[in-house]
Amino acid sequence: MKHWSWVAALALLPGLACAQKTAADSIAEYRALLADGNPAELFEAKGEDLWKAKRGPKNASLERCDLGQGAGVVKGAFVRLPRWFADTQRVQDLESRLLTCMSTLQGLDAEAIAKTPFGKGEQANMEALVAWISAESRGQRMQLPQVHAAEQRMYELGKRAFFFRGGPMDFSCASCHGEDGKRIRLQDLPNLTKNPGDGVGFAAWPAYRVSSGELWGMQRRLNDCYRQQRFPYPGYASEVTIALAVYMGVNAKGAESIAPAIKR
Amino acid sequence: MNKRFVWAAVAALALGAAGCASLPGQPTPAELDAQALAMLKASFRDEGIATTKRLEQDLGQQACSAESAPPEGVAKRVEAEALASIKWPAGGQYLGDWREGEKLAQNGRGMTWTDKSAAPAANGANCYNCHQISKEEVSFGTIGPSLYNYGKIRGVKDPADPASAAIVQYTWGKLWNSKAYNACSNMPRFGHAGLLNEEQLRHVMALILDPRSPVNQ
Repeated sequence: MKHWSWVAALALLPGLACAQKTAADSIAEYRALLADGNPAELFEAKGEDLWKAKRGPKNASLERCDLGQGAGVVKGAFVRLPRWFADTQRVQDLESRLLTCMSTLQGLDAEAIAKTPFGKGEQANMEALVAWISAESRGQRMQLPQVHAAEQRMYELGKRAFFFRGGPMDFSCASCHGEDGKRIRLQDLPNLTKNPGDGVGFAAWPAYRVSSGELWGMQRRLNDCYRQQRFPYPGYASEVTIALAVYMGVNAKGAESIAPAIKR
Repeated sequence: MNKRFVWAAVAALALGAAGCASLPGQPTPAELDAQALAMLKASFRDEGIATTKRLEQDLGQQACSAESAPPEGVAKRVEAEALASIKWPAGGQYLGDWREGEKLAQNGRGMTWTDKSAAPAANGANCYNCHQISKEEVSFGTIGPSLYNYGKIRGVKDPADPASAAIVQYTWGKLWNSKAYNACSNMPRFGHAGLLNEEQLRHVMALILDPRSPVNQ
């Protein structure tokens, strides 16, 4: 059944070229049809298995990983990340926190994983893990903590990074995501300086990308934003990526998470 | 290796400064500015043609990196410097071939870390990413204003006519360095930043100013 809705959705694509006002409608229809069978489910199932599997030099699972709600608690963790962690003395997003757990619990090499290209090796496992963990909070509302001084500081640093202009085209994140109702080509751009609403912007990633058949976490989403800004390369789980996530996530307070969403 | 040490020192300084703030854990806005810079520099690395030199801001980039617009005096200075930087076309030849201009307008490539060359010949002009231009193209962005009928609306019947000179020169200036007319314009500085060469700029000029271009039908 799901395969049929895919075919129907693809058949709609040529309709996109018809006219300006119906193009957006067609895209909305296309997305609605796709959402009926989001292949992210396949990644979610793999992620749940990975969470429970004994792996790495220490032959341990991630079931004692603390994502902020206590050891092993997954439900509700995603909508409260990034947050401060006392054990690492850092504000961490989902992916940097998973690196910590993979390293401390399983004995995997966090630095090597951070250097692995997206979609390869342990990074492919990371895609599955963020798909499952985010799905366990689907329908919940974003509620990142802003209690610890370090969380408040990261919000301020994230705001500064968001407005930082650089590179040969003078772009910042705000160049595209600083106003309501803007588009690049036909792609709608959420205004991330405020709450763009349920299931939009920060509340829609991780997401399955139809165009590439991949599951992108927020780290990869930000990486590609910086590529398009013509910036140098942001380190995986680097401070700037976490600070931006705090800024966007806190701004999205109260928005319903639909992650892992589906994107064209 | 050296660079790493420098950034580490900058980060340490920024954190040290925070420690001197009136309340522990409550850095001042200026301290946060310094910490944000240190964070950016520690977080990015060179990749292909996109090196960390791209994080070094000039006056305009720095002035336009906040939620609010810069003070008027600063904005005026940015605009004056940008205006002075404009290189006018050789031999007063402003317009090229609008067909080539349309190809450039459709091309959104260039200058990313996956692009091999930073030479203007390897770059597109990215116009449709942000502007409506010709009526035929429905996939256009809205970050910039619509440029459909750009020349027609401005009464340019013959770009070579001295009566059109003011519009033609302004348009060249806007393409060369958009910040000459608006310090914090979202538009890249195509000539100033070496994104397009003079010949490419003439083609884009023709696309929006030539009365025969579909833009002005």
